[in-house]
Amino acid sequence: MDLGFVFGQSITQAIGVTAIIYCLAAMGVNMQFGYTGLLNFGQVAFVAVGAYSVGVIVVTLGLTLWLAIPISIFASVVLALVLGIPTLRLRADYLAIVTIAASEIVRQLVRSIALRDVLGGANGINGKMGQEFHDLNPFPADFELPFLTYTRQDLWVVIVGWALIAVLTLLIWLLVRSPWGRVIKGIREDENAVVSLGKNTYVYKMQALILGGLLGTLGGVIWAVAKQSVQPDNFVPDVTFFAYTIVLLGGAARVFGPIIGAIIFWFLLVFVGEFLNQAIQAGWLDFLEPTDIGPIRFILVGIGLMSLMIFRPQGIFGDKKELALDGR
Amino acid sequence: MAASDRLGPRALEAQAVLGQVENRPGVPKPDPILVADDVVRRFGGLAAVDVEHVEVQRGSITALIGPNGAGKTTVFNLLTGFDTPDSGDWTFNGRKLAGVAPYKVARLGMVRTFQLTKALSRLTVLDNMRLGATSQRGEKIWASWLPFLWRSQEEEITTRARGLLDRFSMLPKEADFAGSLSGGQRKLLEMARALMVGPELIMLDEPMAGVNPALTQSLLQHIKGIREEGATVLFVEHDMDMVHDISDWVIVMAQGRIIAEGPPGVVMKDPSVIDAYLGAHHTKALTDSGESLTTSPGGEQ
Ligand SMILES: Nc1ncnc2c1ncn2[C@@H]1O[C@H](COP(=O)(O)OP(=O)(O)OP(=O)(O)O)[C@@H](O)[C@H]1O
Ligand SMILES: [Mg+2]
Repeated sequence: MDLGFVFGQSITQAIGVTAIIYCLAAMGVNMQFGYTGLLNFGQVAFVAVGAYSVGVIVVTLGLTLWLAIPISIFASVVLALVLGIPTLRLRADYLAIVTIAASEIVRQLVRSIALRDVLGGANGINGKMGQEFHDLNPFPADFELPFLTYTRQDLWVVIVGWALIAVLTLLIWLLVRSPWGRVIKGIREDENAVVSLGKNTYVYKMQALILGGLLGTLGGVIWAVAKQSVQPDNFVPDVTFFAYTIVLLGGAARVFGPIIGAIIFWFLLVFVGEFLNQAIQAGWLDFLEPTDIGPIRFILVGIGLMSLMIFRPQGIFGDKKELALDGR
Repeated sequence: MAASDRLGPRALEAQAVLGQVENRPGVPKPDPILVADDVVRRFGGLAAVDVEHVEVQRGSITALIGPNGAGKTTVFNLLTGFDTPDSGDWTFNGRKLAGVAPYKVARLGMVRTFQLTKALSRLTVLDNMRLGATSQRGEKIWASWLPFLWRSQEEEITTRARGLLDRFSMLPKEADFAGSLSGGQRKLLEMARALMVGPELIMLDEPMAGVNPALTQSLLQHIKGIREEGATVLFVEHDMDMVHDISDWVIVMAQGRIIAEGPPGVVMKDPSVIDAYLGAHHTKALTDSGESLTTSPGGEQ
């Protein structure tokens, strides 16, 4: 049993590429759900839009990444409008139903045989994506510390990714403490009260939906650039629910919530997985096969998260007093 | 009348003008701020509201009373755009309001509160208040990144909010979450918050429900104060003493219709009103003080 390796893997992944992608998706969910009270259960569709925009523009069409990014932003805004226009005037639950359905529609669409030439069907799109970005990589070699190992390529993505998250977090922090932020928090508490004070809540909800979706889309762009491959089955509804888990873990409506949430979530997931793996190899758990690790680690992490919600329901950063106001 | 010793100039004016008005349902007023015609709202078979004609005099404090389920709250919802009538037209300051979105109605100066209080729980009391201010530059999404554009306005708003909170004895609570307030305090907050919008007509749905009697007196003074500052007040209330105390004019609803109108003293003596409230065999007065309103012997309260 090599505990050092287990730790090293866990830490590497906890601040690695995947954590960055999920952190961005969760920042979007935090904007929509945490601050505005919008139940967007289709965040994964926004991530997919980002990833597939890069895949299609760069690999299928052979154009540059710098064109793919603005197009992904445009597509993301269009998706938010399509989802928001019919639902945001209705009761809150309609958005939840429409978004979860839409995210599955997007996944079925990108894997459809009819569109295989453009979107790659079930195999997705594989190939060099974002060469322009990787060409800017200033690092000469792979990165190796006792507990932290990245390939040269991942290191560049990780540094740029966290820098981007830092900047976006600052922007979001400014947003939510401004009068604009006051309006969206008011909408979360009681939309009609805010309407009665003369605010066009529909516009604010739409802005929050678009903004949150854009954060997810950025995660998708990073996905494509870092993994050089986008496949339809990467974009299952689980991604959305992991993003919600991360938000609740860190504490809803806290600017640093998604960051800490994503780090802890991936640390736990990888740690449990690697630990089980090592334990099986060491012959401690003879009744298990290596293929059991996947499900079991989710069970264990699930139990861990449930205990967290029981003993610290407000999340890491949340304020228990504030949460108690809800339950009346 | 108990409060007549403290009547301000606008109160006197309103009562003088309304003194000339006939006491019957749907009567026209000399200077109406709000006029509604043939407003009907059905829920299934039930006509919750069926108002042929009603006017609210500018600068007055008008009470809308009626037994439970009479349709008062529904009237508020319809006139402010929170609910849509099956038919009907109404104007505010001469502007047609049918089909106008509720946020626009509020911006036009017609602001309502809710019978079931809507405190924004996880916002502080002060933030609840600030939210009421209109035309805030910082409420534009892009402006939030340029605080210098709205800092000074935010300070003005905060000063105004504190002033109002002070008037409602809520200033010590400004940093608390609104969700931690008591029911009566929420009523106060909601009323103060509505005033932040700067309404020309403020519509209060049972502002006194759950407010302690000691505070009721000062609240009555606030409502009179609102009117003296030039606003019109339309309020729903079940407490007949309070209605008697502060209103210049009373509109009575029962089963969706307006059944009587007039000054409080007159309306409360009206047999049809007492019938509507108490049914045919009434032995109780509509107010505690009761003198003019007891309709049969044995009404003691
Ligand atoms: N959303 C609704 N759906 C069905 N019926 C409704 C609805 N809202 C109100 N009603 C009915 O309309 C009638 C009038 O209700 P409303 O709330 O306006 O009464 P109210 O005069 O405000 O009574 P209270 O003094 O008890 O507040 C009632 O009979 C009520 O049951
Ligand atoms: Mg009512």
